[in-house]
Amino acid sequence: MVISSIAPALYLAAGEGGAIGAGTGGIWSEWAGLMLIGPMLAFLVIVLFGKKMKYQGAEVASAVMAFNLLWSTVLLVLNMGDQGVLYERSIEIASVGGGLVFELGWMVDGLSIMMYWVVAAVGLAVFVYAHGYMKGEVRVTFFFAALSLFAGSMLVLVGSPNLVQLIIGWEGVGLASYLLIGHYWEDKENSSAAMKAFYTNKVADVGLIIGVVIIGIALGSFHYWDLAAAAAEHSELLGPVALGAGLLLFIGAMGKSAQFPFHIWLPDAMAGPTPVSALMHAATMVTAGIYLMARTFPLYQELATAARPWMMAAGTITLFGMGLLALVVDDIKRVLAYSTVSQLGYMMTAVAAGGYTAGLFHLFTHAFFKALLFLGAGSAIHAVHSNNMSDMGGLGRYMPHTFRTFVIGSLALAGIFPLAGFWSKDEILATLGYEGYSLVMWIAVAGAFITAFYMARAVSLTFFGEYRGHGTPHESPRIMTGPLWALAIPSVLVGVVNIPGVKLQWVGNFTSWLSVRSVPMGDHHAESIDFGLAAVGLAAALAGLWLGWMAFGPKAAMRRSDRDWVELPLLYPLLRRKYYLDHAALGLVWTIRSPLARAVNWVNDYVIDGVVNMAGAFCRRLGSLVYGGVDQHGIDGVVHGVSYGASGIGGLVRRIQSGRVQQYAGLLVAGLLLLVVVVLFVL
Amino acid sequence: MELFESWALSLIVFLPLAGALVALAIPKEREEAVKLWALLVSGITLLLAVIVATRFDFGAAGSFQFEVNLPWIGAIGANYHIGLDGISLPLLVLSALVVVLCVVYSWKHWDEPRNPRAFLILMLILATGMNGTFVALDLVLFFIFFELVLLPMYFMIGIWGDRTMRKIPGFRKEVETRLYAAIKFFIFTLFGSAFMLLGFLALYFKSGSGGQPSTFDIPELIARGHLFQGTFAWLVFGAMFLGFAVKVPMWPFHTWLPDAHTAAPTVGSVLLAAILLKLGSYAFIRISIPILPETAREWAPAIAVLAVIGIIYGSLACLAQTDVKRLIAFSSVGHMGFVMLGIATLTEVGINAAIIGMVAHGLITGLLFFLAGSMHHRYHTREMSRLGGNLKLMPILGGILGFTAMASLGLPGLAGFWGEFMALLGSYQPLPGLSTSFFRTAMVIGAIGTVLTAGYMLWMLQKVNLGEPSSEWRGQTFRDVDRYEMTAWAPLIVLIVAVGVYPKLVLGVTTDAVVGLVETAFRAVGG
Repeated sequence: MVISSIAPALYLAAGEGGAIGAGTGGIWSEWAGLMLIGPMLAFLVIVLFGKKMKYQGAEVASAVMAFNLLWSTVLLVLNMGDQGVLYERSIEIASVGGGLVFELGWMVDGLSIMMYWVVAAVGLAVFVYAHGYMKGEVRVTFFFAALSLFAGSMLVLVGSPNLVQLIIGWEGVGLASYLLIGHYWEDKENSSAAMKAFYTNKVADVGLIIGVVIIGIALGSFHYWDLAAAAAEHSELLGPVALGAGLLLFIGAMGKSAQFPFHIWLPDAMAGPTPVSALMHAATMVTAGIYLMARTFPLYQELATAARPWMMAAGTITLFGMGLLALVVDDIKRVLAYSTVSQLGYMMTAVAAGGYTAGLFHLFTHAFFKALLFLGAGSAIHAVHSNNMSDMGGLGRYMPHTFRTFVIGSLALAGIFPLAGFWSKDEILATLGYEGYSLVMWIAVAGAFITAFYMARAVSLTFFGEYRGHGTPHESPRIMTGPLWALAIPSVLVGVVNIPGVKLQWVGNFTSWLSVRSVPMGDHHAESIDFGLAAVGLAAALAGLWLGWMAFGPKAAMRRSDRDWVELPLLYPLLRRKYYLDHAALGLVWTIRSPLARAVNWVNDYVIDGVVNMAGAFCRRLGSLVYGGVDQHGIDGVVHGVSYGASGIGGLVRRIQSGRVQQYAGLLVAGLLLLVVVVLFVL
Repeated sequence: MELFESWALSLIVFLPLAGALVALAIPKEREEAVKLWALLVSGITLLLAVIVATRFDFGAAGSFQFEVNLPWIGAIGANYHIGLDGISLPLLVLSALVVVLCVVYSWKHWDEPRNPRAFLILMLILATGMNGTFVALDLVLFFIFFELVLLPMYFMIGIWGDRTMRKIPGFRKEVETRLYAAIKFFIFTLFGSAFMLLGFLALYFKSGSGGQPSTFDIPELIARGHLFQGTFAWLVFGAMFLGFAVKVPMWPFHTWLPDAHTAAPTVGSVLLAAILLKLGSYAFIRISIPILPETAREWAPAIAVLAVIGIIYGSLACLAQTDVKRLIAFSSVGHMGFVMLGIATLTEVGINAAIIGMVAHGLITGLLFFLAGSMHHRYHTREMSRLGGNLKLMPILGGILGFTAMASLGLPGLAGFWGEFMALLGSYQPLPGLSTSFFRTAMVIGAIGTVLTAGYMLWMLQKVNLGEPSSEWRGQTFRDVDRYEMTAWAPLIVLIVAVGVYPKLVLGVTTDAVVGLVETAFRAVGG
């Protein structure tokens, strides 16, 4: 077993010189791999012994998450305040020839620390919450096992020092997603949603895998640092294939991060239990694509610059078009799902514009308030036993904790000062403006308006007015409201890490925390707040909130939830049918499944096999013709065997006793010798 | 210890055959005794294989170890030449392991007409053929072992196989599926073997043209590779190609496979999928490429085309199946397509991909056939439209099926991934001299094939495992996995994970041998 350990000299090895003052993080980095292994072990333990445990495995899963939170918090503190932490360890798992080596390991740098921390913090909140939410549900043990598998795979993904391990984590989270979306697999609808998620991602993964293949062969290495170094040097090895590889990796990212047109799986993924939606389909898993773009950012910054307009286009369409869809759905989880898709569009747009920090900052803040919103929605769903807002209404009176935290989350998402979402969205707008994408910036401002509008709609329909469901709803137990408050706090506060012009001694510089290069990332980061732009963004959000409240608030004259306030002739049907993208995808799958597959099968049975059978039949007839006169009871053909059943005589043993196989073999050998002679004399 | 070095491989090969002869002496009625005997024999064989693996010099994986070279048939210069290198070691161990697992599984699962003694004897003979093929270094010896596997499998399918009647186009009367399948399997393979033997004989005669006596010895033939040139080499390669391609099987020589797999008894399908299919692809690596490297380069694009067609075609055909076992059978066409694509690249990575792909396919598809057999045993049907809710009726069996299906669709972290991924790596940059753009196209099509693979596997899972059980099964109780099944499956499950997480288990042995092979074969012709 070869263990290669690469210390801070990494930055130097990357060939760019000028290492920033990084420490290794000592024992916390050297053993950081425990964070990756822990949840995997938890998965195994729960699968094997979970049913015998008091809390059906929830205690193991949660304990491991608490451990991870503790560990990653230490790393985070070590990394904050400009000093940075850098460490990596890899174990070779195979050398495959051609100089290529596969490795597993972990890395500790700002970006991975941030991801470790987000996964652990949101993960712990969700695990605790799920313990209350899933009480009395089926297969709780398996649920927590799959959650642990997810956490482990996610950490394998974000902790990976190389692209091959990334693929392992990438598909691992996809598997966990499949298992958890389909948790209630008795209903075909749910198992179909799970399949759709897995499958859409699998299609996109073709891009990822080919992209990784190209980079691996071009560089002879799958290592991020080698990629960064090659990009920085404008390596001739990488140059010619950089654009192709960049676009292919981006296709993979589009699948996981639900970018148009690969987003179609995410709304359906809401079939899974709500804690799953919160953790995976809002906070962490779906950001893996953004993470990949950030991790390979030097490639897009230096060589594959031509890929960025495509990323920008996909991101912009996603942030605007999918935000619109959130306006017309009744299912509260789907509102949040489309909102997630839209916010991922923001992140992608930011990264495409070169706003490395802005995109990751939004990823960071969004994880908290979107998880909070999902858990709040779950709490409401738990109370009214329906996902539909038409069955809710007036819940604010019955569920004060859920109500308050949900409002906090909504304001944060809408980008209201001074909550977390305000700072990150403002950073994105500022970057877009600075980089000269003013049209996109204005679309993003419009998107902010839409975001605020649909959140106002959701809050109004859910928590205000009269209750429209059955029974009397009750506030959820403390084990569920606790995590809500636990997430509400960061939803308000985490923006503080990256306020333009404000430098806190203990926080340090967010950009240099996250840097994946030794030289400055070179992305725009304003030194002071652009008050004009901030005001525009805030105004758009406030306008959205106001309009939403006017349209759907308790005093609104046309308050309706099953149908919508404004049903614009062309737009509304288009939105309700999700731009017909599901139809298109289904059509494609159907074409492959039905006519194409059946045609292939027909060709197999009647053409290729037909030839085989015909040959058999022909030989049999020929045989009968030749030998029939000689021996009426004897051999009836060279390939007589095919006709055996047809002859309807006796059992197999008798046939073997009659020595037909041997005779046949003998014939073949004789024929063969003849052929040999021919060949030898000819050649 | 010298003694062990020289006897180990011969024991691994012939112990099962000797065991089969002894088993003949045990009265047919004493089933327990026969089973124990078969377990003992196959167990010792496995133990020997494992000892060989531990004593194997991994530093010299590129050269033949445990070698024995004795004169055998002097008149034609055939020798009893056996040996083991890094390429054959994993396959030999796999073969020995799968036989033991099949014996364990059979313990309580007998297809009609039962008769464990006959069945186990056939299995042991089969073991000799399979193990022998992987160690043979003489073409005559290789041919004998290669053909030896045919007979036991023929009887397994023909006697213990599926008894339903089916109509064959071109024939008036209906025939029993097992007979049709067995005979088709036999004739198809023998058809290929005839050409293969032709190729071998041609090599033999031509090898004498340099002044030295003619030889069947594989390493010697490799050394005399320069004698085989031009049209002669092209034709010889083609003849051997037919023989190996039928065995793999490559499209369009695959049609015996779905019938044979579907009709065979469970253990027969497992052995077919896990080991027998590997004989063909192994022969490409052991014989065709090293002896005729330049010709291999000419043939490589054709092989790649057929491999890629196999990938897409097999996957699409899977989507149209209604029978679980037939679906799994067709999936082999696609998976072996990846193996052949790897081989066609003629690169270190690609050939390595083929070997780990072979091992992974053996583990995974072997397990899938075990599962299909056990399900058939309980439901007495394999029609997917009638199944459903399997996970509810038999949670453990359903869970293992889910796991194995995921492994089969190439989930990273499990064994099946590496073969596919490395085949793509290899085809992105094939051997110099091969058309890069051609192989890159093949890579993209192959990658699309992985999507289709995922499609039919997920679809199968949804049909069989998920949902509510149909009314047909409601109220019935099914026995979940029993301990014989668990004992037989657990090693496969563990290995699928182990190879997936730590592929060095396989590649650590093969890489040096493959690198040596590629260097020897293509250094001279200007790589």
